[in-house]
Amino acid sequence: MATAAAPAAAGAGPLLAIEGLSKVYPGGTRALDGVTFRVERPEVVAIIGSSGAGKSTLIRCINRLVEPTSGSVRLSGLDLVSLSPRELRAARRRIGMIFQEFNLVDRLTVMENILSGRLGAVGFLAAWLRRYPPRDVANAFAILDRVGLAGRHDSRADALSGGQRQRVGIGRALMQEPELLLVDEPTASLDPKTARQIMRLIRTLAEERATPALVNIHDVGLAQSFADRIIGLQGGRVVFDGAASGLTPEVLTTIYGDEDWSRTIRKDEDEEPEA
Amino acid sequence: MSAVAAPTRWRPPPFFGTRTRQNLVWALAIGYLVWSVATLHIDTKRALAGFGRALDLFARMIPPDFMRWELLVKGMVESLQMAIASTLVGVVLSVPLGIAAARNLSPKPVYVAARGLIVAGRTFHEVIIAIFFVKLFGFGPVAGLLTLAFASMIFLGKMLAEDIENIREGPVEAIRATGASFGQVFVYGVLPQVLSRQTGTTIYRLDANVRHSTVVGIVGAGGIGHTLSASFSRYDYDFAAAILLSIAALVALGEWFSDWVRRRMR
Repeated sequence: MATAAAPAAAGAGPLLAIEGLSKVYPGGTRALDGVTFRVERPEVVAIIGSSGAGKSTLIRCINRLVEPTSGSVRLSGLDLVSLSPRELRAARRRIGMIFQEFNLVDRLTVMENILSGRLGAVGFLAAWLRRYPPRDVANAFAILDRVGLAGRHDSRADALSGGQRQRVGIGRALMQEPELLLVDEPTASLDPKTARQIMRLIRTLAEERATPALVNIHDVGLAQSFADRIIGLQGGRVVFDGAASGLTPEVLTTIYGDEDWSRTIRKDEDEEPEA
Repeated sequence: MSAVAAPTRWRPPPFFGTRTRQNLVWALAIGYLVWSVATLHIDTKRALAGFGRALDLFARMIPPDFMRWELLVKGMVESLQMAIASTLVGVVLSVPLGIAAARNLSPKPVYVAARGLIVAGRTFHEVIIAIFFVKLFGFGPVAGLLTLAFASMIFLGKMLAEDIENIREGPVEAIRATGASFGQVFVYGVLPQVLSRQTGTTIYRLDANVRHSTVVGIVGAGGIGHTLSASFSRYDYDFAAAILLSIAALVALGEWFSDWVRRRMR
């Protein structure tokens, strides 16, 4: 494979800077309310909060699958909110996204799904006829191997298990050689063991490629195990932003409301099972 | 368990809101049925006379006369060509129409315009459209071809639009997130989800066009229907019988073919 994507040090400003980001849906629901934070270095940031706290909206406002109402999102200095449709497509190429429901095109092969990560870089006919440059094909095979699906390139996506499908989803995002990974509830459709494996894979790949990752996640235990930093959302506002080790029952109560948290919080860095 | 006895009787809530309203709807429906049958004025004598004439007609149809088979074959080939060509044109035109008429892909004004065209196109039966095209382009298969191509475009466009509206949005969102253009999102995220159903619909439409192509000829739009209506007006009932048998064979063949293709497609 080509060299790991270099962290975009060349651009002005931090990797990701979000300022005063708000989203009001047409119905009047205020999903985000002045969200501000920065990601200055490649790290895994878990975003936690109850359903409806705005996690999904936040992540989709970054690549504008949802249009923010106000505020700015800067990727290495480039303001994504003000881009024209064409510029936006170019910017989306630099941002990989992984989804809860995997969102593979079921009737296409694993290879076609992986290669779809290059759609932003190839023309319409190349996409229609599936004629990708040799370099992309080689890269796709390498990624398939890296996510543990070597040999499955011609399987149809709907023939795979949940964990395998998420691996294809991860492969598609890697194929973009992204400067930033957006990960929306990657484990919510998976069993606990597969969930850990997938989180570990995302973590390892983000480290390998020095790519920052924003991960929406429901499972506080998983967030603590695999993230460097945690952002807590409540009612569309950031109510906690700090190291993963800083989660206390008080903080969880601020984020989620009253509950007995003593069993949820990990006491310390315990063992890492199977590789 | 609480001390209060749970009800042992339960009926689904009435479809029309209340039970009284439900009974009223039933009463009105039955009343209308009785009234409409009573006002039909069925003339038994005339109906019976029709049966007599039918026997006479059938007698003059037997045996079917295949002597003028060249005329017959020419008409059949023209109808078949009309069906195939119009299906092809219809399929091509239905793609932009289907995309425009899909709520989840098109902006509101485009969607409304495309849906309007579909509603307008479906208002009139093929035969009426054929009469119109015969006035515009004169007698012959060109009018028939345009009629069926137009009707196929409307039908296939409507089916495609409905299929597109029912796809899973997730994969489309994911493809969009890679920086894909609108065209790429369509061929990569949408097309694979609708292709197999739309192929089945197209084969069905080809089959239907074979049947329609025999009808539009009656109003002058070419094909075997033209030959048929001419033979009826000249009282060539034995030749008409030969044509009817040939049409039946062609339609059966079309049905068998479409069945065969659709079974293979899974």
